[in-house]
Amino acid sequence: MSFDAEFRNQQFKSVGSRPLRPDGIDKVTGRARYGADFNMPGQLVGRVLRSPHAHARIVRIDTSRAEAVKGVKAVVTAADLPDLTNGDAELLHILDNCMARTKALYDGHAVAAVAAIDAKAAREALKLIEIEYEVLPHVVDVDAAAQSDAPLIDETLFTGGVEPKPAKPSNVANRSEFGHGDVDAGFAQADVIVERSFRTEQAHQGYIEPHACVASCNPDGTADMWVCTQGHFVYRQICADLLGLEVSKLRVTSSEIGGGFGGKTHVWAEPVALALSRKAGRPVKLVMSRDEVFRASGPTSATSIDVKIGARKDGTITAAVAHLRYTNGPYPGMWAELGAMTSFACYDLENVKTVGYEVLVNRPKVAAYRAPSAPMAAFAVESAIDELAGKIGMDPVAFRIRNAAKEGTKSSYGPVYGPIGIGPTLEAAQSHPHMSAPLGPNQGRGMACGFWFNFGGQTCTDLNVNADGTVTLAVGTVDVGGSRASLSLIAAEELGIAYDDVKAVVADTATLGYNDMTDGSRGTFSSSMATISAARNAIDVMRHRAALTWDIPVEDVVWEDGHAKARGENYGNLAPLSVKDIAAESGKTGGPIAGHSELVADGAGVSFATHICDVEVDPETGATRIIRYTVIQDAGKAVHPSYVEGQYQGGAAQGIGWALNEEYIYGEDGRLQNPGFLDYRIPVCSDLPMIDTQILEIPNPNHPYGVRGVGETSIVPPLAAIGNAISNAVGVRMSHIPMSPPRIRAALDGGAGS
Amino acid sequence: MVEVTLWGGLVPLAENQKTITVEAGTVRELLRKLQERYPGLKSAIENDVAVVVDGVVYRDDRSKELAADAEVFLMRRLAGG
Repeated sequence: MSFDAEFRNQQFKSVGSRPLRPDGIDKVTGRARYGADFNMPGQLVGRVLRSPHAHARIVRIDTSRAEAVKGVKAVVTAADLPDLTNGDAELLHILDNCMARTKALYDGHAVAAVAAIDAKAAREALKLIEIEYEVLPHVVDVDAAAQSDAPLIDETLFTGGVEPKPAKPSNVANRSEFGHGDVDAGFAQADVIVERSFRTEQAHQGYIEPHACVASCNPDGTADMWVCTQGHFVYRQICADLLGLEVSKLRVTSSEIGGGFGGKTHVWAEPVALALSRKAGRPVKLVMSRDEVFRASGPTSATSIDVKIGARKDGTITAAVAHLRYTNGPYPGMWAELGAMTSFACYDLENVKTVGYEVLVNRPKVAAYRAPSAPMAAFAVESAIDELAGKIGMDPVAFRIRNAAKEGTKSSYGPVYGPIGIGPTLEAAQSHPHMSAPLGPNQGRGMACGFWFNFGGQTCTDLNVNADGTVTLAVGTVDVGGSRASLSLIAAEELGIAYDDVKAVVADTATLGYNDMTDGSRGTFSSSMATISAARNAIDVMRHRAALTWDIPVEDVVWEDGHAKARGENYGNLAPLSVKDIAAESGKTGGPIAGHSELVADGAGVSFATHICDVEVDPETGATRIIRYTVIQDAGKAVHPSYVEGQYQGGAAQGIGWALNEEYIYGEDGRLQNPGFLDYRIPVCSDLPMIDTQILEIPNPNHPYGVRGVGETSIVPPLAAIGNAISNAVGVRMSHIPMSPPRIRAALDGGAGS
Repeated sequence: MVEVTLWGGLVPLAENQKTITVEAGTVRELLRKLQERYPGLKSAIENDVAVVVDGVVYRDDRSKELAADAEVFLMRRLAGG
């Protein structure tokens, strides 16, 4: 990478301010175009037929009666999506998840799809598709699925990561292990040991906008797709691979996004829409209902976690162990592995061991959910840490500070940390007024820490200086959390112009080079680096144009405060040229002015947060009210502080919902019982207090402005912080998420936390 | 010389070596030499690997320079939300 990303401790004029968001008016007036808002002439309505069984072999599909319905233009099954994956197992799993090939693997698994001239014809056709199923035994519970006598989801799957290779197939797809030291020796040194098992139930990202796309395949082999996604370049690649299209001939445009949180990093219905369009020869719009979103798109894992931690009476942790079992849905992933890596990442431990088990179940394919897998591991570990602090008689914050990871600590997942921010967030919590505020009856306070890796990735940006001196910034990372505002601030800062003179847009896949998805808290981190690079390239062009204008060597032209200035005593009479001055003459000095950048934005740096929470529990009903909540997190540099606060608050809000209510509930038949927002309860405004935030700014040495990703870490501590608060309020250790009223009542009645 | 630590899943592909010493000035050179020495690592290095240098995750920057005393880990390429 030629771009110098090293942190420069500079003073800012635009960065750090809070201008109005550029997409605000469109969103509040309903003009913003989301996935379902695109339409094309001759467009058909797509609908998907889904398995009513949790596990069933597909014996026969007859679509002839459906195809005969008036207005039906295409019916597709797996036969219309042949396996072109060339031995790529992960890609084949994506294809199979989009359309079941031999077995339906969960309630809601797609088995056929229809495109018709209207919804009525499509619905009628779905009813006439005849499918003969051989219903198979199913399993949805993580611990039951890991047993040796559980119904097998994939008879060819043998547990990886164990030697020797097992003789029998299993639903445990993989075992992974991390750690160092000698945990047995460490426990022998402990004065106090806490050992406890925890469970968390499956939650959905709960984005308000369902998956939606319009696909249009043309007879000449070209195709267009408009889609709600976190990564249109990645969708293009995957869809092209699955459909056998040339990447350059598939143009994908991302819409505004009504929430993603990881769930829109995966394709679900998009390849099906393309297959329908290809067969029908007309554009097809496919919009998931909420029922379909719940049953057939990306929830996070349900988990079962055993934790054991030992400490001396002086508060030093001597050993820590966690065994983590995560549901993957019916296909292998790396969700338990991520949990195993993040479990003890906040702490400086001499002896630590974590083991992750990927468990296949008859539930939807698990997708990333904001710091994927870390919140559940943090719930288990931070609950046990709190209990241990209590048994030793130490303040929970002081206990964590004593054991916190720092620069030079060998992390529990392997590498040694550079400069990190867990210590400062804990110290900020310790001195925060929230920690010493009085509590009332039935109230409790809890706190917890969280960790996430953060990463960057491939990024490409164009910056065009228009003839009037305004700037258009074309980026390839989808704006999920305000990146158009923050990137406009960055461009304004670098060029020395006003924020209002920059217009940022998300370019489609045909007009900009490849970009990785907006995930891993990378959107602003990565695209800001590319924007700085592009702006500096544009400044180089403008210095050359000024040199031409003045007829002096370019080496004598410097860029300061948004102006080209001639440097040297001989040029005293040359007035500085602004961006507007240079742009106005661009046609006569060489043509349009632009800056381009393509780079790999690596060096994101790990991220830590500490949360404090007060709850009030109604002992009669078991209902919990969050009465105060504080988020403390390192942002490196907050480019647009309001958006950073929004990310902190959003993560906390989602964590509150997950901690208190959100849960996939399956019946004995393996069918999801609550696929709707009436029965799957996400928090609404009246459930939440004003979530207080404290932004710490410890610069990232690997970014010119010190920026770190902020999008994910804020969902890691809430489950544990709320669990600790409720446990303190009711006097019983809570060990099962969500801590819904029935579970709290059961804990109060029986003294057990589940 | 740089000492590289492999994540558990890679160890069987590298003749059960957990740590390997390689003469390499960049991540690219490091990964190339690892593949040459242990051909079984090829697929994993091409598809699944992120390189952690002195505690910072590098998923794609193969030009990252490695100091002689750099602490290098090969880790699974992470998913994010």
